[in-house]
Amino acid sequence: MPTKKSIAEVSCEPGSEPPGEIWELRLYVAGQTPNSLTAFENLKNICQEHLEGRYRIEVIDLVANPQLAKGDQIIAVPTLIRKLPTPVKKIIGNLSNTEKVLVGLDLRKVK
Amino acid sequence: MRKKSSNKTAVTGELAKVPSGIKGLDVITGGGLPKGRPALVSGGPGCGKTLFAMEFIIRGITDYNEPGVFVAFEEKIDDLKKNFTSLGFDLQNLIDQKKLVLDHIFIDRTEIEEAGEYDLEGLFIRLGALIDEVGAKRIAIDTLEAIFSGFSNEAILRSELRRLFLWLKDKGITAVVTGERGDHTITKYGLEEYVADCVITLDHQVKNQIATRRLRIIKYRGSSHGTDEYPFLISADGISVLPITSMSLSHTATKERIKSGIPRLDAMLGGEGYYRGSSVLISGQAGTGKTSISATFADAACRRGEKCIMMVFEESESQVVRNMKSIGLDLEKWIKKGLLKFHAVRPTAYSLEMHLSMMIRLIDEFKPKVIVVDPISNLYPVGDDIQVRSMLMRFIDYAKSHQITGLFTNLSEDAATNPYTLEATQMHVSSLMDTWIILKNIEGNGERNRTFSIIKARGIAHSNQLREFLMTPQGIQLLDLYKGTEGVLFGSARVAQENREAASRVIRNEEIERRQRELDRKKRIMENEIAMLKEKFARDEDEIRILIEQDLSREKVVEQSQDELAVLRKAENRGKVR
Repeated sequence: MPTKKSIAEVSCEPGSEPPGEIWELRLYVAGQTPNSLTAFENLKNICQEHLEGRYRIEVIDLVANPQLAKGDQIIAVPTLIRKLPTPVKKIIGNLSNTEKVLVGLDLRKVK
Repeated sequence: MRKKSSNKTAVTGELAKVPSGIKGLDVITGGGLPKGRPALVSGGPGCGKTLFAMEFIIRGITDYNEPGVFVAFEEKIDDLKKNFTSLGFDLQNLIDQKKLVLDHIFIDRTEIEEAGEYDLEGLFIRLGALIDEVGAKRIAIDTLEAIFSGFSNEAILRSELRRLFLWLKDKGITAVVTGERGDHTITKYGLEEYVADCVITLDHQVKNQIATRRLRIIKYRGSSHGTDEYPFLISADGISVLPITSMSLSHTATKERIKSGIPRLDAMLGGEGYYRGSSVLISGQAGTGKTSISATFADAACRRGEKCIMMVFEESESQVVRNMKSIGLDLEKWIKKGLLKFHAVRPTAYSLEMHLSMMIRLIDEFKPKVIVVDPISNLYPVGDDIQVRSMLMRFIDYAKSHQITGLFTNLSEDAATNPYTLEATQMHVSSLMDTWIILKNIEGNGERNRTFSIIKARGIAHSNQLREFLMTPQGIQLLDLYKGTEGVLFGSARVAQENREAASRVIRNEEIERRQRELDRKKRIMENEIAMLKEKFARDEDEIRILIEQDLSREKVVEQSQDELAVLRKAENRGKVR
């Protein structure tokens, strides 16, 4: 889902799996570049599959809010930050390598 | 954000430059760094890259009113502020004035996972925001190469770097980007590939345990520039680059003369002393009195009310002051009056360039008329012949251009075997000097004596005579050598010869006196005799006169008695008859 707004909140409907905490994910992009759109699509798909009903995605467009880049030390875009659960995780790229995203988010242990 | 990079190529005439504000750099680059373009500064660790970048930004703000951004990849803001405060740059003040922005971009490789394609637009956005925050005209990025440690996809990084430099150019911002030196390349990751306009390397060479920092302009597209390695210094007020040959022989020479403090020496120098603004070399072996001559010269300057700096490399200030009391010089008085300043430092404490810079700064601050450097030969452990000579040349040029008279001493090394040999090192230095005085220790008759002679004095009709050089409690004295029937003699031989001559003179004098006395005596005897004769004559005269008187009176008596007899006879006749 493309982000027209600078900060888009995408919440899912109350989950079928009540236990477990809500995952807070933040995706930094810079305008609607192909990479931004791909990253958002990929993230949504991964969340749907693995975190059904327990995630919240915040999309931050740095073009609109450049000052927000400082807080999370964003250099590369897109960057995905897992704010919760702690510890904070950082993944860069358009998230097309699903395997690496899952490892990065601690959703799948490295074999 | 990704704009098409359209190169603003306004190639009309000379390349526009902005002054960096770094001392000396703008001289060798002919005006500064390329305006609106990135320049790369590379060097090993600890060679001053960060300082270079920071000084560029700060001088831009303070001297040229160009706001700036400093982006640090390796140091935290607080550390930067602290470090530069100790160098005398008040960063916080400039930040408060909205002239400066500092930002620390932190990259930690370990916490970043790469999943798919990305670019560094985030960096561009951050830089853009910083630039807009203060309307920056300058930006420094220290050390950009850190991003190579943060991201593994080098292909992306390289294309992004290329884009970054084009983007900076496009923004028309003058940038200094620093990079770590590689083993065989200018920078470890080949940043020089992207920065086509201006590349400067900083270096830190250690020779004989003394470090010298050097700066070199590797390339400067569209501009002529000095290609030498220029020594530079990091001192209390930042970087200063010293162009080795920036001085030219254009100083004006005055006809004014100044006294050396030794009347006899002035007499040997055409009666008036040295030229003002000239350079004087006093060379001699150990203990020939170089320091004493220098101190006398300094003392004479102070007596005239001129300021003087004594740069001593062998003794401490108090030691020189104490020692010079033995020849009747009270230097302390001048120090207290603020006319004399000592700069006593071990030659090996700093590199030649540092020495030069310190000496020049001292001259700028104190504004002396006379400087003494004692001795220059002590600089030789710090650099080789060419370096020392070039350093002295620059120093002398500097002094001359300010009409400062310089007196330099030089310790000769191997003159023991042949006292009349001029050493090679002296020959090197002496060509820089206008007046050259040589002091020699001459051994003979079981003693050493000091002699003094003027080898050259440009533009002054000077005496060619050797003089004996004495240090007395009343100061330095130059005496004639004994030149007589016995040849040339010094020291006690001269004194002995003079004594012998004096003795024979005494004897001759005594003889003359004796004869004189004899004559006087004879005269007195003669005069006595005359007096006695006169007296005897006077006595005789009296006696004779008395006798004559008696004779005369007796005659008279006889006549009288005859008369009386006659009377008697007649009276008897006449009286009785009647």
